Amino acid sequence: MIDQSHYNFAFLDENSKREIRRSLLKAVAIPGYQVPFGSRELPIGRGWGTGGIQITLSVIGRQDVLKVIDQGSDDSVNAVNIKKLVAACTGVKVTTDSEEATLIQTRHRIPETPLRQDQILILQVPTPEPLRVVEPRESVTKRMHAEAEYSPMWLTLYEDLIRCGRIGISSEYPVSVEGRYVMNPSPIPRYDTPKLNDSDALYLFGAGREKKIYAVPPYTAVIPLAFEDVPFEAENFAGKKCRLCGAEHVYLDELTDSMTGRRVCECSDTGYCAKRRAEAAGEKRISAGFTESERETGGSVSAGASGEEMAR
Amino acid sequence: MKKEEERPVLKVEGLTVRYGKGCPHCLEGGALLKNTCPQCRTVWACRAVDAELYPGEILGVVGESGSGKSTLMKSLYFDFPVTEGRAWLTSYKEGGADIFHQNLQQKKYIRNHIMGMVYQNPVLGLRMDYSSAGNIAEKLIAAGGRSFSAMTGRVRELLAAVEILETRMKEPPRYFSGGMQQRVQISKALANNPAVLLLDEVTTGLDLSVQARVLDLIRRIRQEYGISILLVSHDLAVIRMLADRTIVMLDGQVIERGLTDQILDDPQHPYTQQLVHSLL
Repeated sequence: MIDQSHYNFAFLDENSKREIRRSLLKAVAIPGYQVPFGSRELPIGRGWGTGGIQITLSVIGRQDVLKVIDQGSDDSVNAVNIKKLVAACTGVKVTTDSEEATLIQTRHRIPETPLRQDQILILQVPTPEPLRVVEPRESVTKRMHAEAEYSPMWLTLYEDLIRCGRIGISSEYPVSVEGRYVMNPSPIPRYDTPKLNDSDALYLFGAGREKKIYAVPPYTAVIPLAFEDVPFEAENFAGKKCRLCGAEHVYLDELTDSMTGRRVCECSDTGYCAKRRAEAAGEKRISAGFTESERETGGSVSAGASGEEMAR
Repeated sequence: MKKEEERPVLKVEGLTVRYGKGCPHCLEGGALLKNTCPQCRTVWACRAVDAELYPGEILGVVGESGSGKSTLMKSLYFDFPVTEGRAWLTSYKEGGADIFHQNLQQKKYIRNHIMGMVYQNPVLGLRMDYSSAGNIAEKLIAAGGRSFSAMTGRVRELLAAVEILETRMKEPPRYFSGGMQQRVQISKALANNPAVLLLDEVTTGLDLSVQARVLDLIRRIRQEYGISILLVSHDLAVIRMLADRTIVMLDGQVIERGLTDQILDDPQHPYTQQLVHSLL
């Protein structure tokens, strides 16, 4: 625990947090609109989740329960370090259980467990501007948003279809928010994109390097851009299941088993996978990704130690 | 072609494009040195230009380099802001609204639905790294097209109309010859069946055989689509071949107007006489 006499609660000073909260309010009021904010320096490199951390630090309270995931994993170096920082300067409880968490900071994934009204999902965003792929100038993209001039974005989809016969965007699939702004949903896979639509939870997006915040409030229409006769398609995992928990109809990571050389699938959301296994085994889950029996046998998951253990 | 009882599809009144604040001398219509005010150096790219384009007509605009021909075209297509002047399109609010004083959305509507533009330099009108089909579809998308198959069907139709093989629709225009690039531009301009087509020096820089194909294409388009065309060229042979009526521009001003044959066979203004005689 960091000495509280040297650091403010949640690391940032109160004025910084207030400014970020004001930007958040504006972002919630105008779904999908990118609100500029004064991105602060943090003890972490730009592009390593500073936007998400600043939002987390601004909205977190002493009663909150925090979960941090990185590409679905609770135990990646980035997730663990963010968790350590926030826990050290706030003293809040951290968890790997999506249902227990009130605040979830994430990069590249949305948890498999459906989110509730009392939860906030905070996404780290490297490139908030969806039109950056078609227009490098910020002044022009701002004007394009103002005029709702999204033809070039549609044109990129048309180009994909005419040249390759399918839309080749794997992540950061552009979405239309409430029929007004086109938004970058952050680098989540296409599988996760429909989860933003009419969601019970509040989604906040922070880009620290680009100094932008945007939001999708609960029950907002978030529709992936798609032609009338070429519907949006998410990744298809039909016929595949997680080798650890047996889950189907979830987002799976494809791995090569180092022992057999076979291609195998595992749940991308490690917290979800571990919980399923713990429930199946009827055992008490002790930390991210490991059940008591797995701990005794050394475990077969490649994720390694949990964030809390690393923090210790 | 012009009929007295017909309403013009496009009417321009007093179109002025000025770069500079102007001074009492030039603002009150004083003489210019070329198109520049000798006192304040304000450039008058276009000065009080009037024009009328009738249904199914090709109106030629001739003049030397810097006479304001392209500025006139680009102003009508909202590429350049207009200092003064008004213009009406019969297809837009039944000719009851000045198109220069519309908001951005309305101007976008006019560009995408009522007018088509072919630039002298294809780089201005095409995305060289996108497929030819994509370039044409861009115009359809801008007009609200959201059906992939319908748009691709229309792209095929347009490419066939300008004699580009369907097998090349996936190729970007940067692999095409100058004439083909112009034909892709023309098909893009025609995508939404515009009422007015603006052609800015479409044959400049093309060799004679390619020029002839493009000119034939323009003539065919006029016959098939019944479209009205504003054709800018400094080539009097092109004007003689295509234009029904012609206006002659010099230093940003219209100095002579009339039937093309009349202008070219019996020019009245000394500059037009010089222009015609230098050709002969």
